[in-house]
Amino acid sequence: MSNTPAPLASFANALLDPGGPVPGGIIAALEPDIKTRFDVYRNNVFASLIDALRDSFPVIEKLLGKTYFRALAREFIITSPPESPVLLEYGAGFAGFIETFPPLQDMVWLADIARLEMAWLDAYHAADAKPLGTESFAKITPGKIPRIRLALHPSAQLVRSIWPILTIWKTNQDGAKPCEVDLDQGAEDVLALRPQREVELHGLAPGSGAFIEALMQNEPLESAHQAAIAQSDNFDLAANLAHFISSGTFIQVS
Amino acid sequence: MTLSVAPITAYSGAPVPAQAGIGLKARHYLEIIETRPALGWFEVHPENYMGAGGPPHHYLTAIRENYPLSLHGVGMALGGDEPLDKAHLKRFRALVERYQPGLVSEHLAWCRRGGVYYNDLLPAPYTTATLNTITEHIDQMQTALGRTILVENPSTYVAFEDSAIPETEFLAEAARRTGCSLLLDVNNVYVSGVNQGYDPYAYIDAFALHAVGEIHMAGHLEESLIPSGRLLIDDHGSDIIEEVWNLYAYTIARTGPVPTLIERDNNIPALGDLLAEAARADQIMQSQNRRARAS
Repeated sequence: MSNTPAPLASFANALLDPGGPVPGGIIAALEPDIKTRFDVYRNNVFASLIDALRDSFPVIEKLLGKTYFRALAREFIITSPPESPVLLEYGAGFAGFIETFPPLQDMVWLADIARLEMAWLDAYHAADAKPLGTESFAKITPGKIPRIRLALHPSAQLVRSIWPILTIWKTNQDGAKPCEVDLDQGAEDVLALRPQREVELHGLAPGSGAFIEALMQNEPLESAHQAAIAQSDNFDLAANLAHFISSGTFIQVS
Repeated sequence: MTLSVAPITAYSGAPVPAQAGIGLKARHYLEIIETRPALGWFEVHPENYMGAGGPPHHYLTAIRENYPLSLHGVGMALGGDEPLDKAHLKRFRALVERYQPGLVSEHLAWCRRGGVYYNDLLPAPYTTATLNTITEHIDQMQTALGRTILVENPSTYVAFEDSAIPETEFLAEAARRTGCSLLLDVNNVYVSGVNQGYDPYAYIDAFALHAVGEIHMAGHLEESLIPSGRLLIDDHGSDIIEEVWNLYAYTIARTGPVPTLIERDNNIPALGDLLAEAARADQIMQSQNRRARAS
């Protein structure tokens, strides 16, 4: 039995190096030549992964245009190729890549749009769970309320941004009317949630982002309330709880 | 936390019949649920259902209740020279337990190396060393899943200097050693035949047809931007061509009816177009059956 290592290492390394030489050990028995043949694999790798990123980040593609998006995706794939065959998880690092990609430094808000699209996708594929209804909260003794901890639905994803990301996202959905977005119109925190079948993106009022963030860190209600007030004096605890309960945000109270 | 996983009922563990099936695509979910077309079975890539929950599982569960199912993996890297990914085996096993598929298949190919997943079915040299490794990998996957799998012949664009075993012999020996079945992709035979310069009919003649438990049929693309020679790309992006239908009829004449998948992954057409190709495969199988009974 031969113990020669299979030539798969050089084959693998050459796949993500479009300008590099053809790896050794492979041959063309007939025309076309070996480079043309090996390039089929290179193209397959890039084309399929670019498609996967395009499926996950349609708004980024719309904002940058198809050609620019392809070029950006190629750079990302070379820098951060997927590690797992579960491609619905690929792209978690795309926002961070956009943030540090020198040619995109003028679009400082773009990375947060990528975060929002990833949050949407994570909510879409998250575990299913039945949200708590109002009746679960009616049973709680009023004196205990400040100390309760609320477990969020497994689909809940919070994106906090100093830019109007939800407005930009909505403006760039298929069928939406193109319009100008004032980048100085203010910060938007967004909660992505899929209580049933559909992912919903909830734009959060001032204070609500800090409130949800504290609850996600398993802080008791009282501390989450404090965090919210620290962000906005106008935070209304009762109104927020009513909104989040009716949106199906919570699955457990303890 | 309450996980709402619907139980699989009517078609739990149902075998995949010796009829045509099609690859299940998200854009066809609702139409299939609403119209429940007459079709033998559906096949999915398990990697697309490895999220924890959400609509993909909801729809697959609903469709699974009315049709037998086949899981066709693209991410296991059976033909690679590294140990299998244990986390991926575990995820795969969980899906098998959840959906009770009638068939489970993978490829004579690799797709992952050095911690990078390439998302393509890459070729392996047909050597004794590769045969020994893939035997271990198939054994490991079959043990992890508690069932036999099918292994598919790849479409290839290059050959390896070190390859010493014909592909048909390589697959036959892997099946003999592991007890796995073979998935014969007739389009891949045609594509590789043109690309590597062999007669696809001679390939079918040399194939271990007794071990074939499933057939794949698909369209391919002819590369037009090359200066000389011919190169076919297995892109599953168009209708099945007549030459591949003829090769299929030739194969079915030797195997009898076999579960046959119409595989389409790009330029996905209306559901009706895929059902029409499935009906054509069923017709070929039925007319072959009639001929067999008459003789």
